Amino acid sequence: MTDEMVRADNVHKSFGSLEVLKGIDLVVKQGEVSCVLGPSGSGKSTFLRCINHLEKINAGRIFVDGDLIGYRERGGKLHELKEREVAAQRRAIGMVFQRFNLFPHMTVLQNVMEAPCRVKRESKSEVRDRAVALLDRVGLGEKKDSYPAQLSGGQQQRVAIARALAMRPKLMLFDEPTSALDPELVGEVLDVMKDLARDGMTMIVVTHEIGFAREVGDSLIFMDGGVVVEQGPPREVIGNPQQERTKAFLSKVL
Amino acid sequence: MTTETQSGRARPEAIKAVPVRHPGRWVAIAVLAVLAAMFLHLVLTNDRFNWRFIFVTMGEGKRGAMFTGPVLEGLRGTLLLTVVAMLIGVGLGIVLAIMRLSTNPVLSGVAFVYTWVFRAVPRLVLAILFGNLGILWERIGLGLPFDRQIGNLFGIHDLNAQFYSIKATDLLSGFLAGALALGLSEAAYMAEIVRAGIQSVDEGQSEAAAALGLARGQVLRRIVLPQAMRVIVPPTGNETIAMVKDTSLVAFVPVSFELFFQLQAISSRTFIVLPVLIAACLWYLIICSVLMVVQFFVERHFSRGYGTAGKARMRLSGLSAEQGGGAVPTSGPGGAGA
Repeated sequence: MTDEMVRADNVHKSFGSLEVLKGIDLVVKQGEVSCVLGPSGSGKSTFLRCINHLEKINAGRIFVDGDLIGYRERGGKLHELKEREVAAQRRAIGMVFQRFNLFPHMTVLQNVMEAPCRVKRESKSEVRDRAVALLDRVGLGEKKDSYPAQLSGGQQQRVAIARALAMRPKLMLFDEPTSALDPELVGEVLDVMKDLARDGMTMIVVTHEIGFAREVGDSLIFMDGGVVVEQGPPREVIGNPQQERTKAFLSKVL
Repeated sequence: MTTETQSGRARPEAIKAVPVRHPGRWVAIAVLAVLAAMFLHLVLTNDRFNWRFIFVTMGEGKRGAMFTGPVLEGLRGTLLLTVVAMLIGVGLGIVLAIMRLSTNPVLSGVAFVYTWVFRAVPRLVLAILFGNLGILWERIGLGLPFDRQIGNLFGIHDLNAQFYSIKATDLLSGFLAGALALGLSEAAYMAEIVRAGIQSVDEGQSEAAAALGLARGQVLRRIVLPQAMRVIVPPTGNETIAMVKDTSLVAFVPVSFELFFQLQAISSRTFIVLPVLIAACLWYLIICSVLMVVQFFVERHFSRGYGTAGKARMRLSGLSAEQGGGAVPTSGPGGAGA
């Protein structure tokens, strides 16, 4: 295949009569970090959730690593994938949520081990070693036996990142990963994400952290009203926006 | 200024304030003490309670009413009936709750109708009804459905495709009819309890699990149900305790292998009524006490990672502190609102 990790062609999504995505086109190459910016309600989170089929799209196509997401095309007709097949596609796509969504009844280590043990049926000792290594990597090796409620927001989000990485994903989706955090905890999460980016992970990051987008992003997408208003290299889009709407947004957040 | 407070000043003496007085509490305690003394006096001095009859002996060479053989047999029956009925109730209840929450309208419709019917019919009526189902059908069996009708269609009369069948009155005599009546009725209530539990789990949980690639069954079993248990267990404890007492209804099926039936048999034989009733109360009290202990441990098991019991207690005492009492120190500045 090509080195395209994600390709979205003319993606539309409606909730009832409300059209949230009105034709999104996007290409993210292998190893690229793509940051999505935009006001709330612009459809950026919805678009992210379409990539791993948490939301079904109404028109268009999304491909991840060459695979059509959620459907199979046969004889010019689309067939919905079985639940099992959708789950298999999701295994290659890690997702980190705004509100962490750690499993509160499991320890940190169990949170990280759950999916590899249950879904991939890997050997427990191997998964355990990898989980401990991942927790060390996000700086939480000592917290492995704590429950999520005993951790700060920043720590919880770092566990959530380790949990997603434990499945060895090809692609990581971040849905406003620092928006629910106290300002002084944002940095530790961004550091982990920068580290990931340096390691060559393909990432799509919906964020309000302009600094992160400028420093780490390979491309920046500005969305508003369900369409991509402007995209390009982050320094250019942020430093010299072409569209009025982008200028207005940036002048408020910068 | 901040540096000065940190380094230059000594820590002031810890506050030792005179606590708020609660004269009302002392009055209440006095009233209750008098009432308790009156009750004890009443119980201990009235011979008609006949404690000897309850605990020591019913007559020549016999044990007390609480401990005679038939009563202990009945106790065993009551416990067994409770366990079987609750197993049916919880198992079927979980299935019904999952059906009710299904996107398939047929499944959720069937679950709704089941709950509607079995919550509407009183357990006593249900118990008697199940005891008399033998009137409707002579035999109950396992086999192809509608075998007679299909046979008639092809001109074969009396086609019998039953693998196994049993006389209805044998199957539904006594114990099984009672257990089914109680269990099926319980399932309707448990379905609602389980549904509430499942719905109490944040949607982000199943989303996160799905995003990790877990299948729907795994999400339910590993992620949603364990968290729902926190909400499900306390009302289920309630239901179990209620079930212990409702087993006395199967006396009308009739089932004789049951605690209350056996105790009543004693009273109709000896014409000693009140002590027998007291013996029944005591047995039910003992069973419920044991169940409450069990419930405590089950709840603690499922609150791993939450510590909710502790938090709830803190909220309550925080509330009483806000209302100007309570010995609990609050971290906030002065709890004297309103």
